[in-house]
Amino acid sequence: MKDISEIRSDFPILTRKIYGKQLVYLDNGATTQKPQCVIDSVNEILTFYNGNIHRGVHYLSDMASEYYENARQKVASFINAGKKEEIIFTSGTTGSINSIAFSFGEKYIAPGDEIIVSHLEHHANIVPWQMLCERKEASLRVIPMNQKGEIILEEYFRLLSPKTKLVAVTQFSNALGTSLPINEIIEAAHSINVPVLVDGAQGVQHGIVDVTKMDCDFYVFSGHKIYGPTGIGVLYGKEKWLDDMPPYQGGGDMVDKVTFGKTTYNQLPFKFEAGTMNYAGAIGLGTALDYLSGLGREEIASREKDLLSYAIKKLSQIDGVRIYGNAPDKISTVSFLINGIHQYDTGMVLDKLGIAVRTGTHCAQPVMDYFGIDGTVRASMCFYNTTEEIDILIDGIEKVKSMF
Amino acid sequence: MTISEVQDKIIDEFSFFDDWMDKYNLLIEMGKDVPPIDPKYKVKDFLIEGCQSKVWLRPEFDGSVITFTADSDAIITRGIVSLLIKVLSGRTPQEIISTELYFIDKIGLRQNLSPTRSNGLLSMVRQMKLYAMAYDARQKIK
Repeated sequence: MKDISEIRSDFPILTRKIYGKQLVYLDNGATTQKPQCVIDSVNEILTFYNGNIHRGVHYLSDMASEYYENARQKVASFINAGKKEEIIFTSGTTGSINSIAFSFGEKYIAPGDEIIVSHLEHHANIVPWQMLCERKEASLRVIPMNQKGEIILEEYFRLLSPKTKLVAVTQFSNALGTSLPINEIIEAAHSINVPVLVDGAQGVQHGIVDVTKMDCDFYVFSGHKIYGPTGIGVLYGKEKWLDDMPPYQGGGDMVDKVTFGKTTYNQLPFKFEAGTMNYAGAIGLGTALDYLSGLGREEIASREKDLLSYAIKKLSQIDGVRIYGNAPDKISTVSFLINGIHQYDTGMVLDKLGIAVRTGTHCAQPVMDYFGIDGTVRASMCFYNTTEEIDILIDGIEKVKSMF
Repeated sequence: MTISEVQDKIIDEFSFFDDWMDKYNLLIEMGKDVPPIDPKYKVKDFLIEGCQSKVWLRPEFDGSVITFTADSDAIITRGIVSLLIKVLSGRTPQEIISTELYFIDKIGLRQNLSPTRSNGLLSMVRQMKLYAMAYDARQKIK
């Protein structure tokens, strides 16, 4: 793997000063920074190859379409999907989940059916299912969690029943960083022929994801959380589901033949890609995935694991700091509170020291409710962070403690 | 003091500090002077929506001026609300409605005024003005 100074020099924003202080960016769970190659590829497509995809006979349209379809292949290879037609581009994780909630819901959900989610979900994997349940008079069942921030697997086994039509769970808790036992969840659901959606918004960027091996039915993630542009996301679905489900949105490019009497739909993946897609975003995402493969995904996971251990060790040494989510298997995210100090006060002071963290409920209010708190401070690290930056965070926390 | 004189005094106090930590320390100190809201009013009716920290703000109108009491569970936010109270509490509804709060910009809190900012400074200002408009309208009806 490249050494850390080389890696950091790939990300121009990391040299920025904020309020006169060197930026320490620890909000990677919210969005990641972009390497120069991603910025260049979006710039290049808009500068030299801009033409609407899948439409024109002309050179620019052809080139843009080719780059866009290459990006689809890159995504398929990155998560080891069986076919590139199983990769649908969307606007992001939220867009992907809403799309499945509609398409799957229209076809398979009837009154009295049940959908299972976990207590650790972020709102994007709760609200679309609640809306679907309301439309279809179905109900949402929730796998409970424990004090360590893990789900209680036995309770999940108990929730599974003939009424269960879908299980939708996150790979890792965005608020706490804790891992979910995805393999066991999928195996149990499949034993009664129930499909499983895995929300990879906090998963795919942290190590190797192999959807074929995982055997999930749907896997969704956002481009901007994996060093790509905003406004682009991925919906992977097994072909048998995607073929069978009706499309979410109607429009151009998703059709085979349109008459005012009847419209037949295009084949996969285009059936789910109505209108002009965010091709610049998709191409940028493809470049980001190439970049990560170039660094080495096992190396990324290993670096992040070291950063997590270091951060936990250092935070645990500070009097009055409580870490939320103590499961042994975590992504490089630490959620914490300083005794007696509001997370907002902590975040405001850290901000002025150039340290970017997230404060609040992290769009996962049920998790905060479980712990009986209004929110936490979340430091989410990734491979371009350093132990020196964690030391700066630790000094910042000491400063906060001295002020309040 | 007039509203402008109070605003100028705040600007003057903050002008001693360039460093944000010093400004925050001043805000923390000022937060201690907030006229405390009676705990029985720390309920949903007096909670200001749109803040990442909780802010309770209660107006009392004696027929001529509005007096505000407040509290927040975050200390910097309490400092911010204390500034607004210094400027706007004990003023007539008309004064509150028509006052331009130029001190916010001058002491560097301008960025906290954008509607998407989580500290809710904008929500606090809007709520105080809404109370003033309501009392003003009620007086006119009488």
